[in-house]
Amino acid sequence: MTADVHLLKLPVTDDDWSRGALGAPVVLVEYADFQCSHCQAAYPAIERLLASFGDRVRFVFRHFPVASIHPQAEQAALAAEAAGRQGKFWEMHRRLFEARGALSEGDLLGYVRELGIDTARFRADMGDPELHAKVRQQKMLGVRSGVNGTPTLYLNAARYDGPALSDSSPIASAKGEAEGPSPSAGETELRDEIERLLRGREVRGQME
Amino acid sequence: MAALQEGAKAPDFTLDGSSGQFTLSEALKQHRFVILSFFPLAFSPVCTDEMSLFQEVQSEFKRLGAFTVGVSVDSKYVQSEFAKKNNVEFPLLADFHPKGEVARKYGVMRDDGIAERALFIVDSSGVIRYSYVSELRVNPGADRLLERLEALQGKKQ
Repeated sequence: MTADVHLLKLPVTDDDWSRGALGAPVVLVEYADFQCSHCQAAYPAIERLLASFGDRVRFVFRHFPVASIHPQAEQAALAAEAAGRQGKFWEMHRRLFEARGALSEGDLLGYVRELGIDTARFRADMGDPELHAKVRQQKMLGVRSGVNGTPTLYLNAARYDGPALSDSSPIASAKGEAEGPSPSAGETELRDEIERLLRGREVRGQME
Repeated sequence: MAALQEGAKAPDFTLDGSSGQFTLSEALKQHRFVILSFFPLAFSPVCTDEMSLFQEVQSEFKRLGAFTVGVSVDSKYVQSEFAKKNNVEFPLLADFHPKGEVARKYGVMRDDGIAERALFIVDSSGVIRYSYVSELRVNPGADRLLERLEALQGKKQ
């Protein structure tokens, strides 16, 4: 068995869609496909993690539409980019994941109206070869970085191979309903890994 | 038995699969490289599995002279359905009878009745030029294959 490290070939840059503090000690990069059910299921888990870590984690989203099994994924990725040109990338990102696969052209235009995006400009941007090239390039560099399915996560540029965030096996079913649904094993393990990285940074900081 | 390593002769084989019969030595007459991707089982519960990923990368593999085949212990009928459902255009081969015989020859058959998640690149002279066994639950991805194929470009075989 070989456990080798797969590193991001494309560093996080200003061209990326990112949330959180620029100097955050942990950077989480997700390669995902809006039509992938595992990505849809991972979405709330990632949002919960980002909310709880606040400034300490920067989140970057990159496209990895898997066209052979998800025929609408590329259009959805373009829709997010086109919305981004009108300052609504994250709003569209959220809407597309929450749509849970309702991604027809009509659906997309519905979300555009909902989010107050200019439809004519949106349509024009959807056809812009520059956006197509951006999505394609992100995907191919994702392949080069070892993306091995969707979603694939990177923590501080190294591929994270923990259990799926969409894994629904409850960790502590004994906790009861009062606390709401318990996080998946995947979510708990990712949280632990982020905490471990944060602790490592603090220890190193003290030593310096 | 450990997986066959780089430099070893790749055992020839013939298997039926999603697009008819496949013989390694015949394929090596037509392609500079053959990628053998052993996987545990068809229809494993992962959204975008390895075969879909390799389908997405087909243009790159072809550009580098590599022909891809997937191999598992499933029957050819299962492989055909699996290929159809995921729009996989390269052959998925049925290492079904005697079960896992080809996987065993390459040293990647497990005791629990399935093959390891293993990758081999075989060059046109029938020599293994890359050998990798992944952790079973982790899809290895295509990055190492592309790097190796690029490194092998232009080298004498």
